[in-house]
Amino acid sequence: MSDFVKELKVVENPKEDGADQEVLPFSEYYCGAKPQSVSPAAGKIVQKFFNWAQAQSLWVLGFGTGCGAIEIPPLYTSRYDVSRYGIFPRPTPRQASVFIISGYASVKTLKRIIRSYEQMQNPKFVMGLGSCTINGGMYFDSYNTINRLDQYLPVDVYVAGCMPRPEALIAGFDKLKERIKAGRAEGANDYAENLEWYKANQKKVIKNWDMPDYNW
Amino acid sequence: MNLLIEIGYALASLFLIVNYGLILMGFIQKIVARVHGRIGPPVWQPYINIIKTLSMRTSVSHGIMFYLGPVFRLSGGIGLYLIIPAVYGSVWLQNFSFNGDLILVIYFIFFGMLGMALGAGESGHPFSSMGVTRGLSLTTASEVPFALAVVALAAQHHTLSITDIVAAQQGGFMHWNLVTNPVATAAGMLAFLGMMMHSPFNLVVAPQEIPIGPPTEYHSTFLGLMQSNRAIFASAKLILFMNLFFGGATSIPEMVLKTFLLFMVCIVVGVVFPRFKVEQSVRWFLRVPTLVGLIAIGIYSI
Repeated sequence: MSDFVKELKVVENPKEDGADQEVLPFSEYYCGAKPQSVSPAAGKIVQKFFNWAQAQSLWVLGFGTGCGAIEIPPLYTSRYDVSRYGIFPRPTPRQASVFIISGYASVKTLKRIIRSYEQMQNPKFVMGLGSCTINGGMYFDSYNTINRLDQYLPVDVYVAGCMPRPEALIAGFDKLKERIKAGRAEGANDYAENLEWYKANQKKVIKNWDMPDYNW
Repeated sequence: MNLLIEIGYALASLFLIVNYGLILMGFIQKIVARVHGRIGPPVWQPYINIIKTLSMRTSVSHGIMFYLGPVFRLSGGIGLYLIIPAVYGSVWLQNFSFNGDLILVIYFIFFGMLGMALGAGESGHPFSSMGVTRGLSLTTASEVPFALAVVALAAQHHTLSITDIVAAQQGGFMHWNLVTNPVATAAGMLAFLGMMMHSPFNLVVAPQEIPIGPPTEYHSTFLGLMQSNRAIFASAKLILFMNLFFGGATSIPEMVLKTFLLFMVCIVVGVVFPRFKVEQSVRWFLRVPTLVGLIAIGIYSI
C-alpha cells in the first residue's frame, strides 16, 4: 500500500458532539475482505431458470468510458430500442449487471472502471466495445491507454469495429445472452479466483494506486 | 378457524394485488414506449426483473437500518393495501377495513417513505440522502391537498371509514364523489399526480437525475423487495383514489377498469409534461391544489 493509504485523517465524530477524531480512511470506510467466488444456485433446473432471468433482464451501467459511449444513447431511443430485449440503463454500479467498456480506456479511466466494476454484484458481465479494447486499436502505441482489456478485467464479449454500429452492439448482447444461458459467463468468479493476477496487472499501469486493493 | 380463514383471505388478496400491480406496470411501460415510438419491453418484464434481482449471488449490507429500509417500505405498502377495501361487498377483497381507517391510510402512505429514509441514510451515499430529502419534501407537499380533500370528504359523509364513503357512493354515476363533491375530487386528483411519482413529479426516482435517488445503494434482494413493493403500493394508492372519488368497485373487472383508467390519468400527464424541480413542485402543490382543497373544506364548513 502506498503512503496515502496509511495517512490518518481528522474528521468530526458524530457520536461525541462533533469532537475531532483521527481515522484511517481505508479501514474505516472500506471493507477489507477479499471477494469470494460464489458457486451458482444448486440444482440444474433452478440454475437454468436463474441464468435465463439474468439473460432476459440485463441492466447496463450508465458509465461511458470512452468515445464509444456515443453509440449507446441510440440503443435506448426509438431507432434501436433495446428495451424490447430486456436491456435497460441503470445509473448505479450496485444495481447494474453489464459493464460496457466503450472504446479506449485511458489509465486514468481504468482506475474508475475497476472501482465501478468491483462495486457491481455477482454475477456481472463485461462487454468490450470497439477495437481499442481488443488490441489498443488506433491507440496501440499511446502512452496513457491500455491495449488489452482482458488483462485487467474478465471480458465476456468483444464487439469489434471502430466504431461498431448499434446493430453490432445488439448482436453483442445476443452473444452475451447465449453465454449467460449456457452458464459460461462466470466473469465475477473468475475475477475473484484470479484476483492476484488481475491486481498485479492493474498496478503495473496505475502508478498512483491511492485506493484499497478491493473496492466493495 | 375464523382467524385462519381471515389470514387465507388476506394472502389471496395480496397475491391478487401483487400480480395485478406487476402486470399494470408492464402495460404502462409498453404504453409509454409506444408513445415514444418504441416497441417497448414485454409486458412480463417486471416479473423477470424481480426474479433477476432475487437471483443475484452476492449483496453488501451497510447496517441494520439498511436491511430494515426495504422491509419498512414493503410493510408500509402491504399495510396500506390491507386496510383499504379493494372490492366493495366482496368477502375476501374487503380486507381489514374498519371505522377511522382513512386516518391510518394517510399515516401508512408516509410510513414506508420514512423507513426508506432511515435505510437510505445508513447506506452513507450522499446521493441517497439528497434523494431522501427531495422525496420527503415532495411527499409532504403533495399530502397537503390530499389531506384537505380527505377532510372535505369526511365532512361531506360524516365518517372516516372508507367502506362507508364507498357505500354512500353506490347507486350509479350521479352518486360518485366526482359528481357530488367535484371540488374535493379536483384537489385529490391534483395531489394524486404527485403521490404516484410520475412525471412531472418523478424527480426523486428518475434515473437521469442524481442517480436514481434514495435506492442508489440498494441492490440484489433489497431491490427485489422494493420492486415488489412498488407494484403493491401503486395499486393500493389507485384503489384508494377509486374508493374515495370514483364510487369504488363492486367486482374485480370494475376495479381493474377503474384503476387502469385512473393510472392512465397520471401517465398521460406524465408523457405530456416535462419534469419539475423539487422546489417547483412544492410551490405548485402549495398553490392551486391547496387552494382548491381549502375551498372544498370551506364549502362544508359554512
